[in-house]
Amino acid sequence: MAPDAPSHPAILLHGAVALSGRFPLLAGVDLEVAVGETLLIEGPNGAGKTSLLRVCAGLVAVASGEASVLGLDPVRQRNQLRRRVGLLSHASHLYDDLTVRENVRFAVRAAGGDTGRIAEACDRWGLAGRLLKTSASKLSAGQRRRVALAVLTARWPELWLLDEPHAGLDASARDTLDRLITDAGTEGVTVLIASHETGFVESLAARAVTVTGGRITGGRSIGGPIAGAPSTGEPTFGSSAGPTAGSDALPVLGPDVGGTGGGAGRPAGQVAHVA
Amino acid sequence: MWRDSLLVAGKDLRIEARSRVGLSQVAPFGVVALVLFAFALGPDRAMMAKGAPGLFWVAVLFCTVLAVQRSVSVESVDGARDGLRLSGLDPAGQFLGKAAAVAVQLVVLEVVLGVGVVLLYGARIEVPWLIIVSCVLGTVGLAATGTLYGALSAGLRMRETLLPFLFLPIAAPVLLAGTRVWQAGLAGGTESFGSPWLRLLVVFDAIYVALGIVVFGPIQESV
Repeated sequence: MAPDAPSHPAILLHGAVALSGRFPLLAGVDLEVAVGETLLIEGPNGAGKTSLLRVCAGLVAVASGEASVLGLDPVRQRNQLRRRVGLLSHASHLYDDLTVRENVRFAVRAAGGDTGRIAEACDRWGLAGRLLKTSASKLSAGQRRRVALAVLTARWPELWLLDEPHAGLDASARDTLDRLITDAGTEGVTVLIASHETGFVESLAARAVTVTGGRITGGRSIGGPIAGAPSTGEPTFGSSAGPTAGSDALPVLGPDVGGTGGGAGRPAGQVAHVA
Repeated sequence: MWRDSLLVAGKDLRIEARSRVGLSQVAPFGVVALVLFAFALGPDRAMMAKGAPGLFWVAVLFCTVLAVQRSVSVESVDGARDGLRLSGLDPAGQFLGKAAAVAVQLVVLEVVLGVGVVLLYGARIEVPWLIIVSCVLGTVGLAATGTLYGALSAGLRMRETLLPFLFLPIAAPVLLAGTRVWQAGLAGGTESFGSPWLRLLVVFDAIYVALGIVVFGPIQESV
């Protein structure tokens, strides 16, 4: 955990509802993630894992409920937030006509990152020599994933949102990714990993929550390393839908706590109140 | 904002330089359009010279649609638009950058089409500054409106057909003013006749550049 940890949690959602048109992506999520924590988000396909990550990245607006990410309002302060968040999604966000080096350089510069870290990040992901000058259109799916990870590594944002991060990677790249996530946790980075292949990531996280039908319906402690201690008490999870099944060690926020009011213990960071 | 716009413009122009879509497809399309207009008008050189200003701007308008569609499509592959949004780039900077990249391509196209009009239609340029200023102002207006409406249509499945439908009527003032200024700048025209139309182009540019700076962000978030 970073020595000067902020007083607010990295992520705080209370009754967060997100919509795509009329379709509910999230149906009242209560979630608190401490700074420096590595959290595994489990759930079947279509449960809302990706939507939860996109809400945290400020890509999907919270239609009602409260949301604060890195102490920022993910709707009103989304541009500020996005520069501090890295999202590894199913898409690689690469331009086919640019080379690997140009893609990484553009993404890092656009996010205001340190271009001095690009070479090291590319090396880490085996992007060297002629591959750097290869156009993205000629890359395999796994190589595109490596480029996206090189961007994340070079940017080194405060919050990593990893959506099925091991998908498409070979064994050596999976090992590199696991080491990277461990390093990130050690340096106080908050990491959310959404995966239905929990076997790959259980060793990386200390806690897991289960998403079903756009709600958090359970949670458990798992045996991974505790990369960062929570800064505002115990990390909590819960759902406004009702009781959750989970470990006794993890307190559950009831519907009254997860309401729209600003209860005691509200973190210092800015929280979006959306009616 | 300016740093962001330079970054985005540089990226779009580099993509164009690599793919050469503008040079290998859009410019030839414009020249083919001029040739077809010439066929339609027949062998009468005087009539072709008279119609040259309007035909030039119609060809520029069609080429703008293609250039803007290309600008939109590079952001629709592999979640690139989400990548841009996630980078936290200033939306106004994104708009200006994308519009600037389209404008640079249009300037090159206008030079090619201008030469085509002189060679094919026998048009003689009498007042070069009017021709140049009208092209610069027209380019700014077309690039700004094109980028704006390109962003509007970006998230839609029917964007290829919707963009011309949205853009062409809105760009009609540029067609009208550009044509009038060219008429004034070509042989047989009156120089003073062009000034009010140049003012119209300035107003059009100011409105759409300002509108783009303000609404591009909300549009990006909603599509």
